[in-house]
Amino acid sequence: MPDAILQAKGVTAGYVPDLPILKDVSITARAGQVTLIIGPNGAGKSTLIKAIAGLVQMSAGQIAFDGGDITGIRPDQLAQHGISYVPQTDNIFRSLTIRQNLDLALRGARGDAAATLARLFDQFPALAAKHRDKAGTLSGGQRQFLAIAMALASAPKLILMDEPSAGLSPKAAQEVLEHARALTEQGVSILLVEQNVNQALRLADHCYILAEGRNQVDGSAADLLGDSIVGEIYLGGRRVGAA
Amino acid sequence: MIGVISYLVFFATTASILAIAVLGLNLQWGNTGLFNGGVVAFFGAGAYATLILGGTPQAGHLGGFELFYPLALLGGMAAAGLLAWIVGLLTLRLRHDYLAIATFGVAVAFENLMRNAEWLAGGAKGVRGFERPLREALGDGFLYNLLFFAVVLVILIATYLFLERLVASPFGRLLRAIREDEEAAQSLGKNPTKIRLTAFVTGSVILGLAGGLYGTFYAFVSPQDVLPTLTFQIWAMLIVGGAGNNRGAIFGAFLIWGAWTASGWALSRFAPVEAQLYTGSVQFILIGSVIVGMLMWRPQGLLPEKLVVSQRGKTPLVKQGV
Amino acid sequence: MIQNLIDGVLTGSYISLGAIGLTLVMHILRFANFSHAELLSLGAYVALVFDALVSALVPVFAVKIAPLSLTWALSAAILISMVITAISALLIDRLVFKRVREKGQELSMVFASFGMALIIRNVIGLIFGLSPELYSKDIAFAMILSRDPLILVKPDQIFVLVAALVLMFLLHLVLSRTTFGYSLRAVAENPSLAQVNGVNLSRTIMAVWLIGGGLAAVAGVFYGLSHQLIPVMGRDLVLPIFAATIVGGIGSVYGAVLGGFIVGIAGNLALVILPSGYTPSVPFLLIIFVLMIRPNGLFGEARA
Repeated sequence: MPDAILQAKGVTAGYVPDLPILKDVSITARAGQVTLIIGPNGAGKSTLIKAIAGLVQMSAGQIAFDGGDITGIRPDQLAQHGISYVPQTDNIFRSLTIRQNLDLALRGARGDAAATLARLFDQFPALAAKHRDKAGTLSGGQRQFLAIAMALASAPKLILMDEPSAGLSPKAAQEVLEHARALTEQGVSILLVEQNVNQALRLADHCYILAEGRNQVDGSAADLLGDSIVGEIYLGGRRVGAA
Repeated sequence: MIGVISYLVFFATTASILAIAVLGLNLQWGNTGLFNGGVVAFFGAGAYATLILGGTPQAGHLGGFELFYPLALLGGMAAAGLLAWIVGLLTLRLRHDYLAIATFGVAVAFENLMRNAEWLAGGAKGVRGFERPLREALGDGFLYNLLFFAVVLVILIATYLFLERLVASPFGRLLRAIREDEEAAQSLGKNPTKIRLTAFVTGSVILGLAGGLYGTFYAFVSPQDVLPTLTFQIWAMLIVGGAGNNRGAIFGAFLIWGAWTASGWALSRFAPVEAQLYTGSVQFILIGSVIVGMLMWRPQGLLPEKLVVSQRGKTPLVKQGV
Repeated sequence: MIQNLIDGVLTGSYISLGAIGLTLVMHILRFANFSHAELLSLGAYVALVFDALVSALVPVFAVKIAPLSLTWALSAAILISMVITAISALLIDRLVFKRVREKGQELSMVFASFGMALIIRNVIGLIFGLSPELYSKDIAFAMILSRDPLILVKPDQIFVLVAALVLMFLLHLVLSRTTFGYSLRAVAENPSLAQVNGVNLSRTIMAVWLIGGGLAAVAGVFYGLSHQLIPVMGRDLVLPIFAATIVGGIGSVYGAVLGGFIVGIAGNLALVILPSGYTPSVPFLLIIFVLMIRPNGLFGEARA
């Protein structure tokens, strides 16, 4: 089994003090793998990613990343630690051009920015062709690719992705998810939150299921794919620690 | 001795009228979170309309309808409410800065109109020719002032009781829900814009009532009575007293009006003659400092809101590390 | 009529400069800053002090740059004033607004800004007295551009317009060509996304106050060159610059520029049909007009 790249232990967090959305959640993401988090609406999946990214305050728990402690990190320092975060919606700057979006993401990046930009345009030719256009004019799928390209700009070890397929056509969703999978071959680890359970389970390595802010089950994605427990948790038939 | 009592009655009447205005603002700001940057326009609309409707005919400007006094006062309240309805309709569905700017603009334009439009309200000379109700029966003396004070006090208490019941009602809970989290209120199937408009208009009607009483008390109103100063004073009263708390609003009105009067008296008495010109500047700095100081050190005011409010749903910018 | 239009463009140049900083602050910190206009008067008075100081220390500088009434000393004073006003804007945020923000209610910031406006305005009144001041006591002669219809323009007014346009162009270059500019626009559009892309929010806010304060200082001096300095000039400027931000759309720098010119021109054209006493109401009418037909302004986007 590959080494853990990110370990969240006992995370309790929420938007309002005394009203935690996440209760004592622990997950581990392994290097070079796609780690998937699924669960019904309101399970706290996005909140978990935001807590890791420092956008939501944690009242308890630790986050370890790549041998260091990043609990309570400031969001603007994520990239310096080697983490990128792709939010679910509004994940690009609509009023900036595609090139300006990328330049902004490249600003703090190590290494040769021009070379990185050229590489990103190679990887996403559709973006290269439209680099002078306002990002707001892009289609849903292209926006996700721009957001992923921005995430890659800082050469991260781990990308946190919050429902990259949300709002996309099935075809575009498949493309985006496959691209996410392909990133692991470049040595990037992915922590993925998805609603598109079946598609996501097919390309993930390991999967955690959350419900009502708590860990329910976890296991290899291949095992969970055919398991009836997934459906049971979604339908509310079976819960661990449900209130 | 009668001089002191007479002055106290005069002071208490003014303070009570202002307290009614602070109660109106409290419904808007304290209970609903609506910023009114032009308190004085709604207060002024009440004063001007009451005097124009209830006054005797004057050459050169509108008025002289000689309405029965309670009707004139109601007319003043209606004028303030109408003004609020128009402004609210245009701004309440937009982000909150628009209401702040538009209401501030209303106050500037209102004063500007009253100062310039002689045909409407006498221009800079103001509205004259208003007879205080029952003056013929009671005369102009101490007795009249005492009775007038009693009437104002009754209206103040009635306004207070009305607002307390309103705030405790389901409608009051809705107002606070909207103040705390508009999206949540919307998800309950309520139309926040409409509810905010109702609260804004109701608060402005109360401001108009205070204005009408103020105009009646002096039997005169001019552009000098509708300067932005009054807006700042009424805010300071609410912030010091405690936004959201009606008793705090009344307490703040008496406290700040007392402090304002006392500081004005002390400056005119003890400041050197050559500095007298700057009395106003010093008082403005004091009132600005009171507002800023309270917000920095005791934003809940001296008498904080008693009700437990639901927690805010949105993370303010500060918590994001600013 | 043409004269009114020209005067309007010239008025618009300083309203635009004032509105740029205001629109940025309103968008990023999400509050209507009623004390922004006081930064204009602060800038104007700081320049007055340093104009006198530089003239006294370096008498050669007290020479006019013909054909303007502007001296070298005042030019230097403008630069000094930009720096001092920018730092003051930052300090006011640190000492007051930041603390109020941290106390909780964002809405209270509007009250705090009114309080600050009262304090700044009246402290200036206490220090400099209530009577008007001028940068130059000499009467500036207007150039006659045309005799029929009679159109007059003062050289100073041309300078004000050109300088304002140059500053706006510089700001445009920063916003459209530098990653610093992108980061400002990014924070305006989506603060938390900007953060996860490595933008330091508190540093960006500092930059916004510095830019807003610096431009406000220039706007204040230009107002002083066109009219006169009075301690309550902020009171008269606050509504026009707010109107400019609303006409342009809150948050849009280009909108603020265009809005400023529209407000300036509307104010001067209104003189054709309305008695001059009503001029202070014109920005308000413009605000109402825009709210009725296009509530998010020319360039603004809807945002909760």
